[in-house]
Amino acid sequence: MPNSVTVQELVEKVRLKVLQGEDYLDRPITTSDISRPALEFAGYFKHYPALRIQLLGITETSFAKDLTHEKMVKYMTKMCTPQTPCFVISTNLPIPAELKVAAEETHIPILGTHLTSSQILSNMTSFLLGRLAPRKSLHGVQVDINGVGVLITGDSGVGKSETALELVRRGHRLVADDRVEVYARDEQTLIGSAPAILEHLMEIRGIGIIDVATLYGTGAVMPNDKIDLIVHLETWTPDAKFDRLGDRGDTQTIQGVIIPKVSVPVKIGRNLAIIIESAAMNYRAETMGYDATETFDRNLNKLIKENSARDSKKKDQQ
Amino acid sequence: MEKRDFTITAETGIHARPATILVQTASKYSSDVTLSYEGKSVNLKSIMGVMSLGVGQNADVTITANGDDEKEVLDAVAETMKKEGLTD
Repeated sequence: MPNSVTVQELVEKVRLKVLQGEDYLDRPITTSDISRPALEFAGYFKHYPALRIQLLGITETSFAKDLTHEKMVKYMTKMCTPQTPCFVISTNLPIPAELKVAAEETHIPILGTHLTSSQILSNMTSFLLGRLAPRKSLHGVQVDINGVGVLITGDSGVGKSETALELVRRGHRLVADDRVEVYARDEQTLIGSAPAILEHLMEIRGIGIIDVATLYGTGAVMPNDKIDLIVHLETWTPDAKFDRLGDRGDTQTIQGVIIPKVSVPVKIGRNLAIIIESAAMNYRAETMGYDATETFDRNLNKLIKENSARDSKKKDQQ
Repeated sequence: MEKRDFTITAETGIHARPATILVQTASKYSSDVTLSYEGKSVNLKSIMGVMSLGVGQNADVTITANGDDEKEVLDAVAETMKKEGLTD
């Protein structure tokens, strides 16, 4: 079965009131799509999206008032399928009596909120998208550096965890060590977190497992974070070509999200933490519109032009 | 010690990209390599050094190599310059 969320979780996270069916909150929700059943209230069931949460607002409930009792019984019974996870009623509206009966018989909970349909729809969608998006497990370490989410990758033993520990000591936050679970929150945002069992933990060779939150305080950890930048640690070899100017523009696509990537050579005596920290700050500066490489390039081309003009003049005089 | 003179013909001079390639070429050899222009000498293995000269079109530069593979490095650098269109 793909990812699913229980109605219970939805109630807690989106803060809904359980109006009816307290005992049936373990029903699964398997899609982030939400249905506004308007046509169903008119008796059209050819394309009824039974798997979706059914959200009733002012339109649906007022339309229901104009229907006969018999029609309402028929339609509400049809809407309560074994797959339907729950009903949500917005704007503190009363539950239509026929729905109350049909939902109780089929063990489908009815939830309520004071929010409008649009507001609760958007809250539920963003929660469900986050929870139901396909997840992928990556090998790496995730650290938040002054608000820039950095995923550190590289072969085992290259020093990812040790570098992350140094970053934590420099005041940054650990998100995940060794295994990072990621999902695309939207087409531009990749979110990473630690698997529950590994939360706050790190493995440091020669010491073993340490709890970063216990050793360095709750400020040293973060439950989840976006991934803005990938720093790939590579063992240094004389032939490997590394970006010397910072204009190579490497990227890596994860779950459909394109993330900028820098490769950093690992050599004895290089302070990786400070290099990764400056990579993160440089990324931040670039997103704020300050690109050191670009500025330098402009100045250099100006200097070259001036020198060219001078040298040409000299040649002409000869 | 080996020495060779070049005249840069490329209109854009030794800008960022060819500078990077020159430095990468020189870095593969163990000899010390320097680039001289207008009385200033820089290490040809240092990217910032090379770019700081701002070598443009019609510039006369001298490349000097000193070490076990001084001849090879000069040949390689000369070839790279030609390939990158810096010299004729």
